[in-house]
Amino acid sequence: MTRRSLTAACTVSAVLWASAASAEIAPADVVWEDEIAIPASLSGAPGDPDAGRIALSSRSVGNCLSCHVNSDMPEHDFHGDVAPPLDGTGARWSEAELRGIVANAKRAFPGSMMPVFYNDNPADYIRPGNAYTGRAYDPETFSTLLSAQEIEDIVAYLVTLTEW
Amino acid sequence: MKTITKLWASAAICGAMLTGMAQADPHPTAELIIEGELHLATRAEPPEHLGGALPEIYSGWLFRTDETRELQMDDFDNPGILFTERGLDRWEMADGATEQSCADCHGDVESMAGVRAVMPKVNEDGELWALQNYINNCRTERMEADAWGWRSEPMKDMTSLISLQSRGMPVAVHMDGDHAPFWEQGREMYYTRFGQLELSCANCHEDNWGRMIRADHLSQGMSNGFPTYRLKNASIVPLHQRFLGCIRDTRGETFAEGSPEFIALELYVASRGLGLPIEGVSVRQ
Repeated sequence: MTRRSLTAACTVSAVLWASAASAEIAPADVVWEDEIAIPASLSGAPGDPDAGRIALSSRSVGNCLSCHVNSDMPEHDFHGDVAPPLDGTGARWSEAELRGIVANAKRAFPGSMMPVFYNDNPADYIRPGNAYTGRAYDPETFSTLLSAQEIEDIVAYLVTLTEW
Repeated sequence: MKTITKLWASAAICGAMLTGMAQADPHPTAELIIEGELHLATRAEPPEHLGGALPEIYSGWLFRTDETRELQMDDFDNPGILFTERGLDRWEMADGATEQSCADCHGDVESMAGVRAVMPKVNEDGELWALQNYINNCRTERMEADAWGWRSEPMKDMTSLISLQSRGMPVAVHMDGDHAPFWEQGREMYYTRFGQLELSCANCHEDNWGRMIRADHLSQGMSNGFPTYRLKNASIVPLHQRFLGCIRDTRGETFAEGSPEFIALELYVASRGLGLPIEGVSVRQ
């Protein structure tokens, strides 16, 4: 590969990367359908169900098993039961609805105990903290509970859960 | 329309789930009997002010494992009793510029019977004080000694000792008169959804007691067992330490232990347990 073609390849990939980054939808710009669904990918990219499986079960990422039983994950002990099971979510809800529920379940279920995973506005919360330190939030670092891509990955995994 | 139908279907599934969750309920028949002699009620009629929010009130003891419950039934096995024994040494130990001990003014520690049951309580100046505030007031004003930290070993020892004197006495906090505004403040906090996770005390302890958050069996959050020996901490844990941990875990900015806010919350939480006895020093997971 010549120096020129390498430069060209780098330029193309940089442009692609930039367009992918700019395609991410900020929490305040999310377009909702029927109040509860989000038709468009939040990251602008498709989700990866394998990455979503890990993000959903990981305590430091989605930590969804805190509250939800998921029969597809017998390798994890102690699934919580304060929320409905995840079994069959892919059969009951469309991808857009699942994206809406993961991003902000309080739209589909007013008063739900489920946290809003895609909101980066500290003014919407009462005494928001700096992660789990117990201290006040830092305006520089306050962010959504899940990234746009993590939500896409989790949604891609949830749509595979059609058995129940 | 499609969406509405799905919501109803989802609600029906939730309902079906709820009926199948009896395995996580509080223990149906266990009785808390200390040393084979002292029976402590762990179930009671809910106080009227709850307005039916709880069908019956339960000690946190009923939500723990067989092994943990047994530890509290024997004072030799209950590690919290060691704190009360150290507390008794401190009770009799002269301290501060006046070189006085607790016993010099109060006599036998049994004179403290009933004190823990009415805490927190409004003081002569109209402030709501927890037991720790009263202890520190004695230390700084009468003994001219240093105040103890809320989580310090001597404070754990002394609060454990004083609580033990009320073992078996019903929770008897005041909710009216001078106490009313503090009680209202605490009630407001109980239902406030703090932090980025937007969780209130009520979300877990009123709406979901008996269910599981991962491996944690949610109790009704009753405080009559505090201070409690918590196996996870291998120490006596004051109630405010738990409050702080709970609000921190909502990804929230907590209040300080000993803050007026937490003392108000302590009053309200105690009032939810009116009808349950003080357990002295309980044992929890």
